[in-house]
Amino acid sequence: MDLTFSEHERAFREELRAWLAYNPPAPEPSEGGEDAHYAWRRDWQRKLYDAGWAAPAWPAEYGGRGASLTESAIYFEELGRARVPLPANVLGLLLGGPTLMVWGNDRQKERHLAPILSAEEIWCQGFSEPDAGSDLASLKTRAVKDGGDWVVSGQKVWTSGAQYSKWCMLLARTDGDVPKHKGLTYFLMDMEQDAVQVRPLRQITGEAEFNELFIEEARIPEENVVGGVGNGWKVALTTLMNERAGLGFALQVRLRQLLDDTIALARERGLLQNALYADALADLHVRCESIRLLAWKGLTDIERYGQPGPEGSLVKWLWSDTNQRLTELAAEIVGPEALVVGTSWSYELLRARGNTIEGGTTEVLKNIVAERVLGLPRLKAVG
Amino acid sequence: MDFGLSNDQREIQRTARELLAERARPERVREHAEAGRIDERLWRELCELGWPGIAVAERYGGQGLGRVELSILCEELGRAVAPVPLLPTVLAATVVELAGSEEQCARLLPGLASGETLGALGAACEGIAELVVGAPSAGLVVLLEDDGARVLSSDEVEIEPCDSIDPTRPAGHVRAEAGAGEPLAGDVAGGIDRALVAVASEIVGVCDRALAMTVEYVKERKQFGVPVGSYQAVSHRCAQMLLDTEKARATTAFASWAADADPERLGEAAAMAKAAASQAGVEVTASAIQAHGGIGFTWEADVHWLYKRALVDAALLGGAKRQRARLAEILAHT
Repeated sequence: MDLTFSEHERAFREELRAWLAYNPPAPEPSEGGEDAHYAWRRDWQRKLYDAGWAAPAWPAEYGGRGASLTESAIYFEELGRARVPLPANVLGLLLGGPTLMVWGNDRQKERHLAPILSAEEIWCQGFSEPDAGSDLASLKTRAVKDGGDWVVSGQKVWTSGAQYSKWCMLLARTDGDVPKHKGLTYFLMDMEQDAVQVRPLRQITGEAEFNELFIEEARIPEENVVGGVGNGWKVALTTLMNERAGLGFALQVRLRQLLDDTIALARERGLLQNALYADALADLHVRCESIRLLAWKGLTDIERYGQPGPEGSLVKWLWSDTNQRLTELAAEIVGPEALVVGTSWSYELLRARGNTIEGGTTEVLKNIVAERVLGLPRLKAVG
Repeated sequence: MDFGLSNDQREIQRTARELLAERARPERVREHAEAGRIDERLWRELCELGWPGIAVAERYGGQGLGRVELSILCEELGRAVAPVPLLPTVLAATVVELAGSEEQCARLLPGLASGETLGALGAACEGIAELVVGAPSAGLVVLLEDDGARVLSSDEVEIEPCDSIDPTRPAGHVRAEAGAGEPLAGDVAGGIDRALVAVASEIVGVCDRALAMTVEYVKERKQFGVPVGSYQAVSHRCAQMLLDTEKARATTAFASWAADADPERLGEAAAMAKAAASQAGVEVTASAIQAHGGIGFTWEADVHWLYKRALVDAALLGGAKRQRARLAEILAHT
């Protein structure tokens, strides 16, 4: 047992921290709405890219630094610590690129990886549908072969960044006569065609991080099938596994910062002398440290022993629950300001409701823990 | 960063688990619990293996291994709910070793390390400590008081046995005259922190066992034609038990490691570990009773020994709320 970082890892952290200190992003735009905000994040990714920091986890041959899992987690911790935004093309960098590296052919890798890295082409993820959320494999978007193309029709939802995207990682049904997991194919769909309509989905915070996609006979050339026809579920699992890695470290650092801010405010207002507030804040502190330890344990166990433990599913569950408790307590400590639109407190409070839904609902995570970690019998599903 | 155990540590864990699975079977634990006495034969065997002195320095007759190794043993003893006085003895030895003078350590520790002398540790108010685990058979008692700690031989204290809800480890009320015994003038706080970690480790073992028994039961038990564990009301409870257990395990591992490798962080780490473990201990074992249904409320279903051990351990040296109050103090001053 050694809960310290190696000299090499510390040097990696120091180098990045120093770079971030001297190369901050431009000031966050106060006008121009979400488009200006997105452009700002795109510029930020270019800056990271120019310095070789856009995707340290990618192998050097694709423009990364071949960073280890630990270094990659350090990278996200430091982005969180520096309070800088995530790169604009985060889905391409974290999900699309790594999926292509596993399942893509040489031509696809050659064509797509560089523009993902440089933020020249933004990627989005077209998996969920109105009737296929937790039960993703039941999705209905259909792709039918027509000459050298696939013709796709259907509807996708929760597609973040779709309005800025050139490419969509699209999961569609290519065979309706086989069990639901076996009839799926993973496509790269060009978003720049009239057959694909993007409609922003306004969320409870008032902004629109996500979109709905309406796809009506969109055409996808067969060279844009990833991993083979009928193999889409396996390819999608690669994407989904990447979804839970890395990013979590940035989120948990943000949680820590929000807790530190809340504690500072409580201290200022003399509330740490109040037993009820003190107990609630200390509990959040224990949770926050548990998340950090469990996340690092999960990651380093994989890195060192090749064996993922139960931590992966537990960390997201615990993080989302803790963030909700924290933002609710913070609202009590802050007072009325936390209930006024436009303050960061009210934003965090409302945004946190999505945490226990996005990227796997807490209910589904509990099912996964019960079935795959504890080996409890599976609930018999209909269909 | 590496959370894994070394080969030697894994060997200690494996040996301890196998030995206790064999020697502290549920029926044997129940037999001793019902008789309200410790398992002398098992205790002698553990002493021959050097368990009580695993973390005591070699010059004081111990094995000179670390707090991580002690935590491994405590976890296994918790898993087995073993009816032996190892925990109270190592708690007393820990405070003596950190807070005692060289002369006190040389005189008092060899007996505790060999298990020849049994120890007990209690928090006292005006010379009275209630429900001190291990007190009835202790030859040496360490009392923690507002103004420090003192060590007393059993002749210097009055010990009145009492029926603890956890009869696997007899307890008693201890009364000491003012000025009796000898003060421990060194790092009492460091001793208490290490003691907290040992207790937290035992709770982790209790939780792990409670979860394992529950999972096994809800897979087997059928109602409405299906295993009750296939209902999400039950399976999600089990998932929650795992989450609580893993929180306790991770914070306790960190504190065990910090005790040897990063003592500056030990105070906070120990409070976190005991807070997480105390809460997990009570909730996980209570959940185990609930998930067992009516059978869980019976004397014959051994799950209640886990609940009782967890309740006593959770309270030992301060429960979750007390630990969080201490953490809040730390947060207020950083």
